[in-house]
Amino acid sequence: MKPAAFDYLAPRTLDEAAAWLSERGDDAKVLAGGQSLVPMMAFRLATPSALIDLNRVGSLEHARVEDSSLVCGALARESTVAALPGLRERCAMIAEGIGLIGHTAIRNRGTVGGSLAHADPAAEWPALLLALDGEVDVAGPSGAARTIPAEDLFETYFTTSLAPDEILTEVRLPLPASSDGSAVGSAFVEFAQRHGDFAIAGAAAMLSLRTADATVSDARIALIGVRDTAVRARAAETLLSGGAASDGALDEAAQAVDGEIDPVSDVHASSGFRRHLAKVVTRRALALARDRAAAALEAGRRG
Amino acid sequence: MAEQRVELTVNGAPRAAEAEPRMTLADFLRERLGLTGTHLGCEHGVCGACTVLMDARSVRSCLLFAVQADGHEITTVEGLVSHGPDGAEVLDPLQAAFHEEHALQCGFCTPGFLLAARELLASDPDPTEASVRDGLSGNLCRCTGYQNIVDAVLLAASRRREP
Repeated sequence: MKPAAFDYLAPRTLDEAAAWLSERGDDAKVLAGGQSLVPMMAFRLATPSALIDLNRVGSLEHARVEDSSLVCGALARESTVAALPGLRERCAMIAEGIGLIGHTAIRNRGTVGGSLAHADPAAEWPALLLALDGEVDVAGPSGAARTIPAEDLFETYFTTSLAPDEILTEVRLPLPASSDGSAVGSAFVEFAQRHGDFAIAGAAAMLSLRTADATVSDARIALIGVRDTAVRARAAETLLSGGAASDGALDEAAQAVDGEIDPVSDVHASSGFRRHLAKVVTRRALALARDRAAAALEAGRRG
Repeated sequence: MAEQRVELTVNGAPRAAEAEPRMTLADFLRERLGLTGTHLGCEHGVCGACTVLMDARSVRSCLLFAVQADGHEITTVEGLVSHGPDGAEVLDPLQAAFHEEHALQCGFCTPGFLLAARELLASDPDPTEASVRDGLSGNLCRCTGYQNIVDAVLLAASRRREP
């Protein structure tokens, strides 16, 4: 059906947006890419009395790969971020993760900030933020501002720790750096029934291997679709740290995610199938991350 | 909320009409501007039948409100055709290839595919079959089984590269 009527507000500045959001209260929704919100409005699952459109606030659209981090304004389009020169080389996990988001047209409008604020448990951006220990800046009324680290952002289904009058403004993800001491590889692997569908289960994985002996100096694993939010599989990470990234070690780590997930049964998959898939996608992502890190080690030795 | 004026460029020409904020760009193009080539399939962003180009990027026009498109440039399927010196219609190479390769049956999904393919070829003029399938994965077709659509896009790509 068609969306219900709403008041349309198109602020030109962040202050204007925050003021209107505060004024209109619980019944207002912020509009970023609209690729999640507008379908909900079309089904009338969401019927906000006011939409505050952030797309005219120019200060929110930046996206750049810096020395140590990926910095994105909340309204940075996913396709714009994916096309940043050098992103795939700096962090394959981010480039691959974005490529798994829906389809081209979705990524042309969908935004980094919108995905994080929407907090779909099957969305890729929350996993990337968690895996990389990223943080977001948030603006409130009257110039209030705070920074929220990834681990404090996602509370439950479609719920973040943002207050109703707060707007997510910037996202920063620390990028791994291959140094003289170690080489890094990462990957994002999903299982979905159709290309571009929401993940039934997905894993973002990153491994740092020491140049000296190829043991794991740092392991990051974040899973989607298998709990009420994206989740860091810290027990599995701990198992990997300090040891060789052998097939056996990766097998063990993949099995270990079992204790950190709580998958539901729904029309797409049973909880048992999701539980199985969680281990499969973790194992595949870890293998890709390991192989890419090993290749970087090899290239470093030759170079 | 009351209707407000929306001014935008569509297929190279300035257009304007009134719309409630809740009117989608798809409905605006069809009902206010009479451009019914843009089709409504699922109206929630899954099927791609409503795909148009906004500022040269493919978008789901069912997931945009017309008021958001104010000041932007839209290309619909109607904008693909050009006219020869004698005024006769000249099909875009993609359209010609779709015709030759039987890449449409009922034609309902076709406008969306044409615009998605136009963006695909603009960014990747020499795609592989795999990248064509990947690039068009956001468009659903219930008639053709997709093979002829893929063939048509590859054919159009090869012709555009010919001197």
